[in-house]
Amino acid sequence: MIRLLIALVVGVVLGAIAAAALLFYNPLAARNKLSPLSVSDQEIISLAYSAVAQDAIVYTNDGESRVHPRPVKVQQLWEAPIRRTDVLVTVLSDSRNNPAGIGIKFMSDSEQTRLINGDALVDSAWHIVLPERGSLFVSQTENYWNFLRQIVVPAYWSSGDSWKGMWHGNTTIGPGALGTARVWGGYGEFAGLDSEAVEAISARAYSVAEGPVAMEGSLTIEVANRVESQAAELVTN
Amino acid sequence: MFKTLIFGFLLGIVGTIAAIYYLPVVDQYRESSIITVAPNGGNTEAFHMNIPMDRIMIGAPDQAEPVPPGLEWPDGEAFSGLHAELFKVRNADDMVIGVASRVASESEEFGDSIEWVVHLPARGTLHISIPPEAVDGDSRVGTLRAGTREFGTMHGRVSERWVANTDDEDEDAPDGRIELETILVGEFADEEQEETS
Repeated sequence: MIRLLIALVVGVVLGAIAAAALLFYNPLAARNKLSPLSVSDQEIISLAYSAVAQDAIVYTNDGESRVHPRPVKVQQLWEAPIRRTDVLVTVLSDSRNNPAGIGIKFMSDSEQTRLINGDALVDSAWHIVLPERGSLFVSQTENYWNFLRQIVVPAYWSSGDSWKGMWHGNTTIGPGALGTARVWGGYGEFAGLDSEAVEAISARAYSVAEGPVAMEGSLTIEVANRVESQAAELVTN
Repeated sequence: MFKTLIFGFLLGIVGTIAAIYYLPVVDQYRESSIITVAPNGGNTEAFHMNIPMDRIMIGAPDQAEPVPPGLEWPDGEAFSGLHAELFKVRNADDMVIGVASRVASESEEFGDSIEWVVHLPARGTLHISIPPEAVDGDSRVGTLRAGTREFGTMHGRVSERWVANTDDEDEDAPDGRIELETILVGEFADEEQEETS
């Protein structure tokens, strides 16, 4: 009887490992698609930022995560409704690497996360202010499954508890039908804008103890469909 | 024994996949939404931020005592007209339910503007634009520019006002609070009204 019980337990453990491996190596899950904006003929704004928390103006989370808040004395988001939320305040640079404005990114773990589908989802929103041009609000769903699978897990498996290499991937998967983020204009030349964007990250180093060590993020925003200006043109005509 | 091992193996595969499928990986904590119906239609909801305890950041040039301590606001002319703040957001029961950014911009070309992004993790995000001129002396009234998830089909007005604390007896009381009141209407309700008329 004990032998049968041991065989059952060993079988269950092996089955669980096999299922986990199947999900982890599932080649059909979360493939890294080409950004639909890479073939757009509209005007594109490219904004870049350092995705390393210690390079940020402010980075805060629940204070118990791997990535430490910055500055050290910043308030932490420990209350239950915001415990699974991170906030990043960073300088955004233009395509010539000149500071163009400020970006504030809110990131919350999504309840739509389904690991079985290869979805490790984050609901995020950007509040972007480019003083010489105007402001933008970007809303998106991001999928970090490929990032977890190809960087974070290998870092844990590494004897040095770190990962080094070159990895580039789009994180935006929605809410747009083509896997794009939704963009609304605020003031300035973006007033009335209703458009799309894609966010991508390029990672070079990751540490189990500190999180991203060398990583850049980029936002590609299509500047099209200016609702107010189009409406004004229609009225004029 | 071999049959038992195979049975356990299959049970392990099915059990693991079922657990991953049915058990929620993320379950955001929710406070009950405190919404009232406005007399002239629409849903009214009040949010506030106690000052200074709910202020996470003040981003502005040349601060003598930066918030948080150690903050390094970027130099440069491009950032001189910006005043950015981060807050924790509370509901009418004084419970923290989200985080928000408020950015006031001064621009000769575009004029002055105030914008809020209010992020409520369990519900969605609001993008609010408010003209800098006060209405009725103490409050500013703006509009909901965009919303996501629960607020995705909403539009309406949002007012912002500063309410100073008048309770001198409580030493731990905040200096005051910033109140945001939303009066929002769903697009579906509008469509119904149009059909009726």
